[in-house]
Amino acid sequence: MLKYIGKRLVIALIVLIGITIIDFTIMTLAGSPLEMIQSARVSKEALEVKEAALGLDDPVALQYLRWLAEIGKGNLGISIKSQQPVAKMLGSYLGPTLLLMGTSLLFSLIIAVPAGIYSAIHQNTKRDYVVVSTSFLGSSIPAFFLGLILIYLFSIKTGWLPSSGMRTLGMEKSTVDLVKHLIMPVLVLGTSIAGSTIRYIRSAMLEILKQDYIRTAKAKGIGRFLVIYKHGFRNALLSVVTVVGMQIPLLFGGAIIVEQIFSWPGLGLMTMSAILNRDYPVIMGVCLLTAVVVLLSNIITDLVYALVDPTIQLDKATVENL
Amino acid sequence: MEQTSFIRRFSRHKLGTLSFFILCIISFAAIFAPVLAPFDPNEIVGGFGKAPTSEFLLGTDQVGRDVLSRLLYGTRISLMVGFLATIISSAVGIFLGLLAGYFGGPLDMVIMRFTDMVMSFPYILLVLVAAAIFQPGLWTMILILGFVDWPQMARLVRGNVLSIREKNYVKASKVAGMSHAYILFSEILPNTVAPILIYGTSVVAISMLDEAALSFLGMGIKPPQASLGNMLNGAQSLSILTSKPWLWLPPGLMILLLVMSVNFIGDALRDAFDPNQS
Repeated sequence: MLKYIGKRLVIALIVLIGITIIDFTIMTLAGSPLEMIQSARVSKEALEVKEAALGLDDPVALQYLRWLAEIGKGNLGISIKSQQPVAKMLGSYLGPTLLLMGTSLLFSLIIAVPAGIYSAIHQNTKRDYVVVSTSFLGSSIPAFFLGLILIYLFSIKTGWLPSSGMRTLGMEKSTVDLVKHLIMPVLVLGTSIAGSTIRYIRSAMLEILKQDYIRTAKAKGIGRFLVIYKHGFRNALLSVVTVVGMQIPLLFGGAIIVEQIFSWPGLGLMTMSAILNRDYPVIMGVCLLTAVVVLLSNIITDLVYALVDPTIQLDKATVENL
Repeated sequence: MEQTSFIRRFSRHKLGTLSFFILCIISFAAIFAPVLAPFDPNEIVGGFGKAPTSEFLLGTDQVGRDVLSRLLYGTRISLMVGFLATIISSAVGIFLGLLAGYFGGPLDMVIMRFTDMVMSFPYILLVLVAAAIFQPGLWTMILILGFVDWPQMARLVRGNVLSIREKNYVKASKVAGMSHAYILFSEILPNTVAPILIYGTSVVAISMLDEAALSFLGMGIKPPQASLGNMLNGAQSLSILTSKPWLWLPPGLMILLLVMSVNFIGDALRDAFDPNQS
């Protein structure tokens, strides 16, 4: 087990370094971040001095190695735009994003797991078709369009929910206020993820219902409910683990768009402005952070898999994954 | 014989069949947009933000352009991005997947690790960074989406190749001394077409959604060129959202209809290719 974890971590580290090299190369192709602060008031000489100070006139490979060396020391660098340490910026924007992502994931699972199982039990009936068709609607609706419709309905027409931000300005911090701000972003992000999750859980459950142990359980005459919930659902939990692992990169991506629509003060909003300003250290920080989270969640998914289902042999699985 | 039963199985999926016809009609309208559109999509032809009338069926936008004409041209862009990006990403994915699965060993290892890398960053982040770097426009959009969408396809093809490789007819060809290219393209590829087509439909759907999202954020197709996403961009302002629904509802519904049709067609294909299912 430990050997397996070690092996996976080493591979993940190699992948991670590869990712940062790709990121760095793409970014330097974009041009200098100093072009963004150019204006009539800043002289050309001042910019050159600044360029030299930031090391932007060095070859790309050297710049990358310098960045990597700093990472090794635990230093993510300093934002070119705001002059704040990147680590501190990531820290302060990470909380709201995790809150948004976590709640959305929970929301989508609460809908998708029962719906998927229900649909599988009633396979090829009207009820199944309704659930599956609705799930397609969920994964087909563009997040920003759903967001606009929700804002139209709940902020403009009825005035029930605030359309942007995380807290009402000038109001004392309260949970009710936070929840009110959270509802619409979570609905949008959760919906897009629930759609594919429903279909995934459904097909996993269909696989399980075909198994011999289900037939045995049915033959024992323990009743439909027990067959489905004790024997079926427990085994379907495995697919829930997989689905959570699969959705994490999608959650990150979706959060960027949802945060933009609802001005949710999270990583997505910060990343967008960093991209527009070519703020390299910040973009690299975000890429590194998300890549670490995604790679770790892949490894954790596989480990949880092995814990839930002892028949899975990790070493064999690695060989196949290679 | 084989063909007719395939069509029959496909048509048993009612929503899939309906979607197929809807997509045909929309594609027809989009392809013939230059003929069908009542006005030039980029020309100022009426008042600012006028509600629908008999002359302007869907009204005019903030600068006085005909919304219906822009909708037709925008749909054209969406379909183009969806299909061309899918063709590019499928070509890359199939090629790498075939190589990795068939030859195995170190080549497989390198290709799959590279696939992991591309898959491990949230893909919209990659697209955003790329869109910020290269001048946004129709072709950059298609290329960017095409080159980030392939990893799933590569994995899918590789998985299929791994199982087909062990089949007797492939082994027989190897023993008979057939070339690798023959085995790969004449024996393995044809037998993995079904999953490729099914997954391909979902790539079309994802690409269209991504194009719309990027254009909505102002990082995709730039105005004055119409795209369904950038037509919705104006709806971020409150006055348009509340009082001019003809500006943002039609493009939004059009994206929804397109993506949903493609997804249902994919579902129908899955049923049609897999006769054992029902």
